[in-house]
Amino acid sequence: METAVKKYTFKDFTSDQEVRWCPGCDDYVILRAMQKALPEMGVKKEDVVFISGIGCSSRFPYYMNTYGMHSIHGRAPGIASGVKLANPNLSVWVMTGDGDSMAIGGNHFIHVLRRNIDLNIVMFNNEIYGLTKGQFSPTSLIGQKTKSSPYGNTQPPFSPGELALGAGARFFARIGGNVPKEMTQLFIEAEKFKGTSLIEVLQNCVIFNDGCYTKFTDKAVKEDKQIYLEHGKPMIFGKNRDKGLILNGLKLEVVTIGENNITQEDLLVHNAKEKDPTMHQMLVRLEYPIATGIIRSFEDVTLEERENALTKQVKENSKFKKTDDLFFAGETYEVK
Amino acid sequence: MITTKTNTPVEVLEAVVIRFVGDSGDGMQLTGNQFTDTSAMFGNDIATFPNYPSEIRAPQGSLYGVSGFQVHIGSVEVSTPGDEVDLLVAMNPAGLKTNLYAVKPGHTIIVDSDSFTKKNLEKAFYETNPLEDESLENYRVIQVSMTSLTKEALKNVEGLDNKSITRSKNMFSLGMVYWMYHREKDYTLDFFNKKFKTKPHLIEANTKVLNAGYYYAETLELIPNSYTISPAKMNPGTYRIIGGNTATAWGLLAAAEKSGFELFLGSYPITPATDILHELVKHKHFGVKAFQAEDEIAGVCSAIGASFAGDLAVTTTSGPGLALKGEAIGLAMMTELPLVIINVQRGGPSTGLPTKTEQSDLLQAMYGRNGESPVIVIAASTPANCFNFAFEAARLSLEHMTPVILLTDGYIANGSAPWKVKSIAEMPEIKNNKITKVKENWHPYDRNKDTLARNWAIPGTAGLEHRIGGLEKDSVTGNISYEPENHEKMTNTRAEKINLVKNNIPELKTEFAETGDLLVIGWGGTYGSLHSAVKQLNKEGFDTIGLAHFNYINPLPKNTKEVLSKFKKIIVCELNSGQFITILKSNFNKFDYYQFNKIQGLPFANNELIQEFKKLVN
Repeated sequence: METAVKKYTFKDFTSDQEVRWCPGCDDYVILRAMQKALPEMGVKKEDVVFISGIGCSSRFPYYMNTYGMHSIHGRAPGIASGVKLANPNLSVWVMTGDGDSMAIGGNHFIHVLRRNIDLNIVMFNNEIYGLTKGQFSPTSLIGQKTKSSPYGNTQPPFSPGELALGAGARFFARIGGNVPKEMTQLFIEAEKFKGTSLIEVLQNCVIFNDGCYTKFTDKAVKEDKQIYLEHGKPMIFGKNRDKGLILNGLKLEVVTIGENNITQEDLLVHNAKEKDPTMHQMLVRLEYPIATGIIRSFEDVTLEERENALTKQVKENSKFKKTDDLFFAGETYEVK
Repeated sequence: MITTKTNTPVEVLEAVVIRFVGDSGDGMQLTGNQFTDTSAMFGNDIATFPNYPSEIRAPQGSLYGVSGFQVHIGSVEVSTPGDEVDLLVAMNPAGLKTNLYAVKPGHTIIVDSDSFTKKNLEKAFYETNPLEDESLENYRVIQVSMTSLTKEALKNVEGLDNKSITRSKNMFSLGMVYWMYHREKDYTLDFFNKKFKTKPHLIEANTKVLNAGYYYAETLELIPNSYTISPAKMNPGTYRIIGGNTATAWGLLAAAEKSGFELFLGSYPITPATDILHELVKHKHFGVKAFQAEDEIAGVCSAIGASFAGDLAVTTTSGPGLALKGEAIGLAMMTELPLVIINVQRGGPSTGLPTKTEQSDLLQAMYGRNGESPVIVIAASTPANCFNFAFEAARLSLEHMTPVILLTDGYIANGSAPWKVKSIAEMPEIKNNKITKVKENWHPYDRNKDTLARNWAIPGTAGLEHRIGGLEKDSVTGNISYEPENHEKMTNTRAEKINLVKNNIPELKTEFAETGDLLVIGWGGTYGSLHSAVKQLNKEGFDTIGLAHFNYINPLPKNTKEVLSKFKKIIVCELNSGQFITILKSNFNKFDYYQFNKIQGLPFANNELIQEFKKLVN
């Protein structure tokens, strides 16, 4: 019997543990956005599970008054998959970082996206290793000086969005770490989405990589440097809402409305629900403006739906209801 | 002496070892299984062991493409597949060449002489035809033109291509062996009817070939004797022949049903453990959730997740996989979640000998994790008792809130033997530590005072929301704690929790002698070899030799020291260079231990054990 979900506030999701991130860290924004999003999701508190790996981001479950596990480095997708397959009724969240998900946990990250289990992944991407105090990560830029690359990083970075879409992600969203309202909304959308959803948060590390996103996320420039995508709406951006995207050959091009006879009608319309990820790939690769919002949201059959359908079918057709039926069936013989 | 209608003398034997060998495509596994099942129905005690090539499709006729199946049947207790064979059936020169070493001198070899062509002899690196030179003069060789006789038998059957004709010659050899050992053909004929239900021409073909082999043997004067092996004395009941890996899988099914938990398996294919996955994926009708993960680590991690969410969670692997799972097993130990880890041991180190047996993962199971990370370690000792110990692993993990590592090995996992079928009603009760109601001042690490098992609040239970993880936690609240004294207390508590399991496991038993001159000690899959060696010595009058075989390794049974103290000498026998003896020495250092070790990827042979034990009592 479904009991009505109580009306929660963010306080219901706040644990008694003291939050120990550095002052000014975007992680606080993510935490509060999540605590505000959960009451809007229509899920019962006891059905929410946060699973994390290792890293600054992975302290997250301790601060949520829900079920949670702070596990081992890179393995949260595996643990979360087990939780969800064991009990599909749960709302399962993986909280991870760029190193946790794409370095040590890279294999699990791509496979969880491929399988499309209905769980949500929030990746805090700060392009640095914070908890181990400042080494380069798989998203650090070439030339970036860190404790493990004093003369500049020589390893080219992953683009998380490209990696995710390449692995078959059905839902990918990107958001700055300093916009709590939009972030809250994205979390709600991710929970609604049936399948694995991945949200990349461009999270500023105030200690080891401060300002790495300022040129896109600073309040003064963000509207000019980001395009916030919404399904079914034209790809328009800019403080004056006069810039937009068109397709020129096989490339996206920034145009200005009013110049060269361009009108709003000429702009591309965002279709997040398109199965073919080609346009979504182009959007995640875009360097100016950078794409934020829900870039891809293609609803597909989930792993647990396939599994449940098979189990139901096998159960209906099987003569085995109890183990005794199996053990005593077939090639048995009697010793008298 | 009894005689048959063709006047062939009949000899009565206590036990016999037969090996069927041929090319991978010759159907030797099927032939061996048919002989096994027929003998089981007849009432013999049985042990079998298959020997497949590691290559998937080895070139035809090659030495490394030989596939074999050994079966030991007896009117007496049979506890191993046997060391030497009484009858070798070789379908090609490669099979003969690679298996001749195992045939007892003076004993029988049946060959398909048609397959001894120049080409096949070359592939087997024979310079001269062994059927024509003197190399086999110490054996009784029966040459049969099996290929031509099979073709002849099938000349009037419609709808057969050449391949199906050649492929049925294994049934000719089976027919011959059935006659030699006075077996009924009914079981196999019935098998044809079921297997080829929609292909009547194949039923006809196989039936004809089986009969042709049978009557050929009857009329063939070359076969000097036929043999009977009477039914063995076994406890009455329903039996079936079961392989170790299947028994393991079924033990888990039984534990799930008995405990009322749903079964979750997170696994990654690895030889020789994969058959457990193969078996469990079939059982969706019992609600089994079997998840083939992207790697060993995801296999164990998904199981940890499933356990957190309230399933009976299992991961299966072999040595290299256990190494990869180590960190995650530490997490399960730290979060004190029930988890069954099954390690079907194979030859190590590294990739080692994937298809061979060894007991060299014991210390890895005991200590192969960072920090002080005790878990329960138990070991199955026969193909059939893999069922009991898989069930036991699940029981102990649920009752004590801890990972349990169950060790089996390639030898018992791939071997098969009669299993007295267990009804779920006969299996012991499985308790658990689930908590479903909110208590005042509740903490996730509140413990049962007798077992120290923590209580288990499962996601979905309102009011018991909590966080667990790999960091050290406060002994009372379960919150993160870096307090020095708390860490020591928690370390001791986790150790004591495992130590207390000794109150929930049976005492160690000794066989053959309760006290005396020599105590033979083994653990896990060597039981059959050690049991038959000590039994034979006992029969020969060495009645001061006892056998204590361990299934429970961490913790050890309560009475271990007492058992050890009742013998003058102790010998610890292992298929490694001395791992269990290390554990015994560190627990009971007052005793003088001898050790006998073999690290060849092979089980102990009867004669090498007997020689060794005799040295110590003479």
